[in-house]
Amino acid sequence: MSVDAWLPALIVLSSLLPGLLIFFLDEERHALRTALNLAGAVLKTGLVGWLIWGVFHDHAFESRMSLVPGLDLVLAADALSVLFVALSTVLWLVTTLYAIGYLEGSPHRSRFFGFFSLCVSATVGLALAGNLVTFLIFYELLTLATFPLVAHRGTPDAMRGAKVYLAYTVTGGAVLLFAVAWLSALAGPVEFTAGGALGDLAQTHPAELTAIFALLIAGLGVKAALVPLHGWLPQAMVAPAPVSALLHAVAVVKAGAFGIVRVVYDVYGVTLAADLGVLQPLALLAAFTVVYGSVRALAQDGLKKRLAYSTVSQVSYIALGTAIFGPVASIGGIVHLVHQGVMKITLFFCAGNLAETLGIHNVSEMRGCARRMPLTMVAFTVGALGMIGVPPVAGFVTKWYLGAGAVAAGADWVLVVLAMSSLLNAAYFLPILYAAWFREPVGPWPEEHPRGRFEAPLMLLVPALVTAVLSVAAGLLAAAPFSPLDWAKLIAEREYGL
Amino acid sequence: MSPLLTYGIAGAGLIAIGLYALIVRRHLLRKIIALNVIGNGVFLTLVAAAPRLGAPDPVPHAMVLTGIVVAVSATAFALALAVRVRDATGAAALPPPDGDGASGPGH
Amino acid sequence: MPLLAELPLLPWTVTLPLGGAALSFVLRARAPAVGLAAGVATAAVGLLLALQVATAGLQRHAVGGWGAPLGIDLAADGLSALMVAMTSVVGLWVSLYAGAYFGAGNQDGEHQRAYFWPLWLLLWTALNALFLAADSFNAYVTLELLGLSAVALVALAATPAALGGAMRYLLVGLLGSLLYLLGVGLLYALAGTVDFRLLAAAPLAGPATAVALGVITAGLVLKTALFPFHFWLPPAHASAPAPVSAVLSALVVKASFYLLLRFWFWVLPEAATPVTLNLLGLLGALAVLWGGLRALTAERLKLLVAYSTVAQLGYLFLVFPLALGEADGFTAWGGMTLLLLAHATAKAGMFLSAGAILKGAAHDGVSGIDGAAQAMPVTTFAFALAGVSLIGLPPTGGFAGKWLLLNAALATGQWGWAAVLLAGSLLAAAYTVRVLTHAFTRLPGEPPACVVPGRLEWTAVALAVTALALGLAAGEVLELLRVGAPVVGPVLLEQAR
Repeated sequence: MSVDAWLPALIVLSSLLPGLLIFFLDEERHALRTALNLAGAVLKTGLVGWLIWGVFHDHAFESRMSLVPGLDLVLAADALSVLFVALSTVLWLVTTLYAIGYLEGSPHRSRFFGFFSLCVSATVGLALAGNLVTFLIFYELLTLATFPLVAHRGTPDAMRGAKVYLAYTVTGGAVLLFAVAWLSALAGPVEFTAGGALGDLAQTHPAELTAIFALLIAGLGVKAALVPLHGWLPQAMVAPAPVSALLHAVAVVKAGAFGIVRVVYDVYGVTLAADLGVLQPLALLAAFTVVYGSVRALAQDGLKKRLAYSTVSQVSYIALGTAIFGPVASIGGIVHLVHQGVMKITLFFCAGNLAETLGIHNVSEMRGCARRMPLTMVAFTVGALGMIGVPPVAGFVTKWYLGAGAVAAGADWVLVVLAMSSLLNAAYFLPILYAAWFREPVGPWPEEHPRGRFEAPLMLLVPALVTAVLSVAAGLLAAAPFSPLDWAKLIAEREYGL
Repeated sequence: MSPLLTYGIAGAGLIAIGLYALIVRRHLLRKIIALNVIGNGVFLTLVAAAPRLGAPDPVPHAMVLTGIVVAVSATAFALALAVRVRDATGAAALPPPDGDGASGPGH
Repeated sequence: MPLLAELPLLPWTVTLPLGGAALSFVLRARAPAVGLAAGVATAAVGLLLALQVATAGLQRHAVGGWGAPLGIDLAADGLSALMVAMTSVVGLWVSLYAGAYFGAGNQDGEHQRAYFWPLWLLLWTALNALFLAADSFNAYVTLELLGLSAVALVALAATPAALGGAMRYLLVGLLGSLLYLLGVGLLYALAGTVDFRLLAAAPLAGPATAVALGVITAGLVLKTALFPFHFWLPPAHASAPAPVSAVLSALVVKASFYLLLRFWFWVLPEAATPVTLNLLGLLGALAVLWGGLRALTAERLKLLVAYSTVAQLGYLFLVFPLALGEADGFTAWGGMTLLLLAHATAKAGMFLSAGAILKGAAHDGVSGIDGAAQAMPVTTFAFALAGVSLIGLPPTGGFAGKWLLLNAALATGQWGWAAVLLAGSLLAAAYTVRVLTHAFTRLPGEPPACVVPGRLEWTAVALAVTALALGLAAGEVLELLRVGAPVVGPVLLEQAR
């Protein structure tokens, strides 16, 4: 069997096997656990690098296993999967370091890191999925792997948040299962193909395809936090900071958004979707979510809750870009998969640092904290500016392409939405920045830890700085080859047949 | 009315009577007797299906004999169990289902 | 493998456990060892039989050399081989579990330990003989043996609840068998034979046949606890000792369902009308919903799991509207079989893990398992994995079965059943999460040391993992199922081509 057939499966296994091993480790075996974690992460990064090189040179990688006759488990690498896999891998490495530092001294770390690795395996699996059923399988595995992470602390609050999370995601999963089963009964096994895989089914079954589309979006929209299916996201903030970071930037929310991109581009095909008339409602829903999330964020005092609503808003940019017909808007939507990931994870890392070092959980407690934790707040500022859309942070690139694409498609109303969203982002981020940098602290910090050589433990500080640098680099070097933007352009080319 | 039809109808009647008693009567002994009556009705119906032109067909008779043996052992078991139930709960009746019969740990 | 095809495995699947039962009854003091040995041997023979059918096709053995229609034959096709294999796997792990469960720590240990093994091996004999029965009357005898040993095993717990549950089970079971016997007798009067093959070939039609089938169905449906005749199951399964509950839910109820399949699909498929098929499907759907709802609100953990059995059995009845009378019925047939096998392993794993957790718990309410995730993580994992299969999440066997049934329902446009499948999954998720939430709840202070023997935990895990493996090996299972199947068609249907 050639390498081409093994590589996708190996990439999934590179975090699955260490994860399974970690479950059996005793709590005290820190060194071994860290070694396994990092070994898996580094191995995966290497394999993904190989994959990127191969896909760029038009290699066909595919691992295929038959589940039942007529139903195959397919892991394949095309440009879009490579984008998401690369994002997941890099951010996993960074988050692992952060989590090791964050959970220092906490109980049940073996359990945590075991499920953590499973979570990443599931994410990578659905990134590499080559057909809808494989995607569905890993999508459900993701739900299962993240539930124990949300419930990790075991407190009544944590259990409540976890139950809400599970209620939403299992229901969404059931709807998705129904839609995928229906489509498979209609069209056979649906393999992802750039430009659409449904052939001329649109001629014969337009009404059914439209209904299936609605159900698919509903099922995926739960994880992608489309309004009104977003209710679980703020509740899931009870999880430890590394989990929130992972859920928002890399795994769960992105999985839903990625699924929407796959459905529109590689299952239906953007032309067929436009013909069926399903893109307009999706765009409207996404736009509404963008605004709604920002408005709710304004009202939150809890820092993580505010960031949660910001995620609700920002991830819908991806759906918005996907729903606007035209390569430019598509590029904007696709590239935001990466940009939002690095920016949001920076913000969550900083929020975690503030909570751990100073006991800050609310925005109102952040006055003057930049004096005490300058590096952390620099990273936070970079992330916040990116969210608002200030150059040269990556968020600006996204908004530029989305705006240009909207104009090219004749959907000027999207510009209004983008402008409103930027304003609202500014409204809920700028006051934080102002208070942190330019105001004096009101009293003692809620729960200060003594200052070591650095303002916060290195394991917590360095990941935040790394992702902040990446956010700026993705924007500054957007025109360079192999940047996220360049990759998004490649994907759009292949989708639109340019 | 041929004798076979008589047996057949009698069998059906016994089954009906037994079924009624099984459902309605509360005392365990009556339920067990009701089951026996149903059994007898079934056997009677089977016997009614036995005759052929010439010699009677032995297979249904064999089935009835087997059935009687099974019924006897089942009845004996049921009676022993009924005694245990009476000893454990104080009444020779079925305790309510889903009950609060706290069975304690280790079960 | 020509050697495998020659082996007379069929009679050994019945005589090994029967001999084991007798031996363990006589050698009272050594019952656990003898029982376990017999169990392992029976399991091995059962699995070999499945392999034999997979490679060499249909098997038939004339006991005593007499031959049908007067003698008793044992016959194995794909479905019976799978049933015997299922019994072997579940039986093996349950036997290992029971050896440790009825150990020295238990107050009633002496008494239960002695009588469990003969009764369990008799039950196993009855199961194997029933799955391999080639005529309907032999099936009656094995059905009775099955019922009596099952009731005795329930009563082994000796608590008032267990005795009451056993009594109710016995009365219902005897009624069911008598109705079944009546039907068999009527069929004999009409066709002149009891052999399944000959019955299938006989020209049976008319109202008398319908009555016979109706009576047989009534009796078997009573024993399979189909809604609304399910009332006896939760008290019996919940109050029995854990290994007994596992066997009852996983295997015993499947035996009467298996006989239902034999009569409806092989013997009298032409007697099926859309009304009756949809009625059976509807009752199954109601079982799924009602069982799921009752499980959500159950106060005791084992009662929750027992109601889950009621719900899961309901899925199986969807095979009637989806497979019978359809041109390509194999999809639903395969889905039903996969669900049946996955449920057996998962439910057994669930009962075994519940039993292990409750052994160390203060009381048997659902909240009695608070903190189990810390104290007994392995057992909690087994419970969770079993729950995942029951919910139907990939890549377990439960998912494979549900996918096939969904495919059959959607491809033939029968939306109602598809909706029922999904609603059942959601309910299963709800009550599984209910239990897991309690398990993950952090108890204040140090977690108590785990007092249960390790063997209890690992057998539960083995069963849950088997449910997972079924999903991955679904293709092979369906291949075996094709041998002698009553319906044909592709594994997955496509509507538009």
